[in-house]
Amino acid sequence: MSRIEAQTRETAEALGENYKYGFITQLEVDKAPKGLSEEIVRLISAKKREPKWLLEWRLKAYARWKTMTPPSWAKISHPPIDYQELHYYAAPKSQNAPKSLDEVDPELLRAYEKLGVPLMERERLAGVVSSNVAVDAVFDSVSVATTFKDALAEKGILFCSFSEAVREHPEIVRAYLGSVVPQGDNYFAALNAAVFSDGSFAYIPPNVRCPMELSTYFRINEAKTGQFERTLVIADKGSYVSYLEGCTAPTREENQLHAAVVELVALQDAEIKYSTVQNWYPGDRDGKGGVYNFVTKRGDCREKNAHISWTQIETGSAITWKYPSCVLRGDGSSGAFYSVAISNNKQQVDSGTKMIHLGKNTKSRIISKGISAGQSSNAYRGLVRVHPKAEKARNFTQCDSLLLGPDASAHTIPYIDAGNPSCQLEHEATTARISEDRLFYCRQRGLSEDDAIALIVNGFCREVLQKLPMEFAAEAQNLLGLSLEGSVG
Amino acid sequence: MTTPLLTLDNLHVAVEGKPILNGLHLAINDGEIHALMGPNGSGKSTLAFALAGREGYEPRKGEMRFQKRDLSALAPEERARLGLFLGFQQPVDIPGLGVMPFLRAALNAKRQARGEEEISPADFLRLCRGAAERLGISEELLRRNVNDGFSGGEKKRLEILQMTILKPRLAILDEIDSGLDIDALKLLGHAVNALREDGMAALLITHYRRLLEHLALDKVHLLRDGKIARRGGAELAEIVEREGYAA
Repeated sequence: MSRIEAQTRETAEALGENYKYGFITQLEVDKAPKGLSEEIVRLISAKKREPKWLLEWRLKAYARWKTMTPPSWAKISHPPIDYQELHYYAAPKSQNAPKSLDEVDPELLRAYEKLGVPLMERERLAGVVSSNVAVDAVFDSVSVATTFKDALAEKGILFCSFSEAVREHPEIVRAYLGSVVPQGDNYFAALNAAVFSDGSFAYIPPNVRCPMELSTYFRINEAKTGQFERTLVIADKGSYVSYLEGCTAPTREENQLHAAVVELVALQDAEIKYSTVQNWYPGDRDGKGGVYNFVTKRGDCREKNAHISWTQIETGSAITWKYPSCVLRGDGSSGAFYSVAISNNKQQVDSGTKMIHLGKNTKSRIISKGISAGQSSNAYRGLVRVHPKAEKARNFTQCDSLLLGPDASAHTIPYIDAGNPSCQLEHEATTARISEDRLFYCRQRGLSEDDAIALIVNGFCREVLQKLPMEFAAEAQNLLGLSLEGSVG
Repeated sequence: MTTPLLTLDNLHVAVEGKPILNGLHLAINDGEIHALMGPNGSGKSTLAFALAGREGYEPRKGEMRFQKRDLSALAPEERARLGLFLGFQQPVDIPGLGVMPFLRAALNAKRQARGEEEISPADFLRLCRGAAERLGISEELLRRNVNDGFSGGEKKRLEILQMTILKPRLAILDEIDSGLDIDALKLLGHAVNALREDGMAALLITHYRRLLEHLALDKVHLLRDGKIARRGGAELAEIVEREGYAA
């Protein structure tokens, strides 16, 4: 066994043992019975005291889902998911619509503290924590706390749980829900539309620059429970918002299902920056356990000169199936996708983006960095489509893959559909291996193998890491280290 | 008598089961410049890799002592931090790793091993820019990834830059002169001479005498069939050039 091979094995072992978010929080839970049926959909809607229109919307999605089959085109494999074996609703029992942070179960607050999520705005006000992030925390199926609501409300910014938005701002929710990702968009989006339990909602009024990062923190705690959250962000004309999303789950032997939907709407001259650090439990080194992450994320640049960018650091999940996309509808609008996807052990990643150019002079930029170690498989799958009316559309795509060890694989699968002769599309792709001779070169200069790999990986991802808001950049860099520990110091 | 900086005693190295070095003896003192010449396949690069600790080049027999330490017991990075530097014949490119962050990390690894403070970014920048300028290495090259898209000559200049910044006790330069023009050869000569004044020793592996003209050689060794076939002073290099390796 060569050194790098041995190193990769060690890495794999280290990762399985080092998932530091693997703890389970003991809470009394209000759980729906196992299985999926029209009754369960009705139950979820009733639990949340939803208006009739939303129940009907869910039922329509459920009826649609029943007729659909799971997609089979992705470069992933897993045993079929038994949807009747899952719970579709779980809420911490003590959590009866907290009115303020004081009413939140201390056990929950402790759980988030362990995760490093800054929920305690009091501390910030007292100057203890120098954080500039408003957080909406989602625990299993429900949103448990939203911070800094008052500070945001002064600017007219709405930031709350999805359920609260349905109650307090039904007209906005109704106008935009499903307008970017329709109920029947795909198998997992339809499932989400039927059973989604909570999520985050943000609305930025015209010409307001959101003064802080908005953030959602997702945590799956309960066993055998699917998490189906829904996020809706609307940036009205001329506004700006930067939104962060983080995810973790406990170490469990069985697989957990996560099927979220994120819809972004940017109106004229508005800008949305959406960043994700995804660190769901990836399973152990033999591929046992881990989250199945089937997520639909899409942004709509609905009017002129709108801008949406997706930045993601993907290190977790046993399976990642995720294509944050931009529909560039407004003339002059632009979309971007910056991604670092790390896979190790037996993780499977099939991720990428879709840039749909509909308007004139629309621009998109795709920078994808895939790092595969262990026996993992890491595929970039991307679509650039230029509609016949999208005069002078432009895209630049760059996909770089870095392989660690002999058993990891990387794949680049671009789809390009140029419907207008005036468009300009560029695609660049590279694959490099951190080979024995490259490591030897570094070691000959006095660097340890771990330090060399850390430097190489950080350099490789630099372009994407730079796109992250400051609050997340350090966390992301740590995460890169943690995910490749053993080969990264 | 003082102990030599490097002592090779009856060194045997096989690569993929094939014997390459067969009982090599060599001693280099502080501040000495040695040249190792020999035909292709005589084992020159194998010796360089064995000294630096490359996997697959471990000695089967014999001893390698550097600053009284048994080199075989040390990892490549430990040897490097002790001051053993290998200028590669074919330097590899390293995607994702910038020249400056690489050099700074290497310098700090060495300083740390000696119990010294890390160099400040400003001091490093000054050091690096100064050395690069003297070697005719452009700012643009410093901003690239290590050897990424470098020409053969640029790669060799970067090797010299690394040597200059890391200030080794012993530099093993494996055909550092191939791909270098006359001007660059002169710069290399200056660099080695300057470091030698601080006590650096060097083992130059080369086919040609032209590099050696810029340096005051202490000893020349002629390698044949994995052994030193002949030893001499600078005059041996001239004889080899005139009469070939059969001399």
